[in-house]
Amino acid sequence: MIENDLKKRVNWVWRQTLKIHRNARETRIASSLSPIELFVSLFYGGILNYFPDDPLNDNRDRLIVSKGHGSICLYPILADLGFFDKKELDRVCQKGGILGGIPDPIIPGYETVNGSLGHGLGVAAGIALGQKRRGHNNNVFVLTGDGELHEGACWEAIMFASHHQLDNLNLMVDNNSISMLGFTDEIISHGSLIEKFESFGWDAIVIDGHDVGKVQETLTIYKSRCQDKPKAVIANTLKGRGVPGLENEPLSHIINPKIEILDSILEPESE
Amino acid sequence: MNKAVPMRDALLRKICDAMKIDDSIFFISGDFGSPVLDEIRSDFAKRFLNVGVAEQNLINISAGLALEGFKVFSYAIAPFITMRCFEQLRVNLALLSEVREINVNLIGVGAGYSYVVSGPTHQCYEDLTLIRSLPNFQLFSASDQHVAAHFFDKSIAVSGPKYLRLDAQVLPTLRTNLKPRSINDGFELIKKGHKGLIVATGYMTHTALSIAKKLELEGIDLAVIDLFNLTGFDANSLISLAKDQPVIFSMEEGFKGRGGLDAIIINVLKQNRVNCKFEAIGVKPGYSFQLGTRQELHEMVEIGHNYSFDLIKSTLSNM
Repeated sequence: MIENDLKKRVNWVWRQTLKIHRNARETRIASSLSPIELFVSLFYGGILNYFPDDPLNDNRDRLIVSKGHGSICLYPILADLGFFDKKELDRVCQKGGILGGIPDPIIPGYETVNGSLGHGLGVAAGIALGQKRRGHNNNVFVLTGDGELHEGACWEAIMFASHHQLDNLNLMVDNNSISMLGFTDEIISHGSLIEKFESFGWDAIVIDGHDVGKVQETLTIYKSRCQDKPKAVIANTLKGRGVPGLENEPLSHIINPKIEILDSILEPESE
Repeated sequence: MNKAVPMRDALLRKICDAMKIDDSIFFISGDFGSPVLDEIRSDFAKRFLNVGVAEQNLINISAGLALEGFKVFSYAIAPFITMRCFEQLRVNLALLSEVREINVNLIGVGAGYSYVVSGPTHQCYEDLTLIRSLPNFQLFSASDQHVAAHFFDKSIAVSGPKYLRLDAQVLPTLRTNLKPRSINDGFELIKKGHKGLIVATGYMTHTALSIAKKLELEGIDLAVIDLFNLTGFDANSLISLAKDQPVIFSMEEGFKGRGGLDAIIINVLKQNRVNCKFEAIGVKPGYSFQLGTRQELHEMVEIGHNYSFDLIKSTLSNM
């Protein structure tokens, strides 16, 4: 998909995500708006090898969504690609549905349990090692937030991955710089994330996470780079992107935009 | 030949032998060793890992490897592999196994007071309660090397997360082999009797047997059961042995009244309408920094041979 098409896809996913949140107010909207370009690049940009009709096909690349709450934007993508029926999007958080406020691995396309932060990277490192020890080399992608990197277990996994030269492990940090109660740097500063990753033996890069062309280009390069180092793409993003009163607002994690605001955004059905 | 060997070596020997023919077995240590482990490390370098002193990662890596189809054995000191990483056990093993087939077998060394002089950080009185609180987890507690070795067969035969509690000391053997019937039952009747029944687990099975033999000299015949499969025992079989007993005692090297073996026995008795007298013998809740032999520590926390003997005898004489 060429860059312009990816941009259109990003806009479509953004609107679909707001629609889901309009109907399912329990979903975390702000943190689901920052990683859209990452997911769009993975699924529409030729990065991820996936099988909608056979989600656990052994030849798939593994995608571990560690920041589970902030991945509601993945629901319309998976539905669009046929992982499950699009009707599921109309009953998010409802009885009988499969799409919850925090996604579970009963959803085709999700691999592991999400929601409790700091677990995904370690499990992904185990999967990446398992791939290598089986003589396979499928890529493993992991999405974490930056607030999530306060969890000590992440750093146990970061040390482990470089020691074992897991160059099939690709971490994407949705670096929206806001945790639940404020700016991450004001809670416990990470300092320079890229320097931290590099000092831990990782190949790391910082990019604009809302430049979908750049995201797609970077993930393409990093996916095929096998130089005995795990890779971290630190995507600088905005939490609540594009929604007035939400974008880059320190408390956006716990703010629900008013229905009228969502309706005014969604009203011109220009998809 | 039934020479007592460390439980962990009996189990690790079986794992090591099996790794020669089953290349899906993976062994991960949390920087914890044994002579047999050295053999695994050198012979199967591609399927051995030491994750270092990092129990959260130990479990996460184990889960990831299991998702890739490996049968994983994860090995560390008991309190650390159960409590330091409890949420990893919950989320990435118990919860995940609800929807994914994963075979992860935790081996925790250091049941109860078996690290005698190391104090409360290395001793372990909470693990039975905690692990049994997790659905999908299977819980085993070994009284000797034969139960420890049996855990290997169970691990390969049945998928899902499991925890085996091993003693850090060499305990005498209680049998030459586990009987097939006992393997099915998840427990073994190691002494018959009709004046009462002691259901014990791990080290306390030895204390229970010793007390029962002493009482036998006084003409009091107590039955003793060694319960080793704490989540998967055959309740009907247990009830058939318990229903006509006038009194039942539970004996565990874990906190009393906190959801461990005593709760397991009370549940199974009540659910099956067995209304005999029941007495729990377990560690008096609290932490102690006192030093002494294991037997002396046991007396201090009310699970010692003398304390238990007196309690059992007075219970019997008051009936």
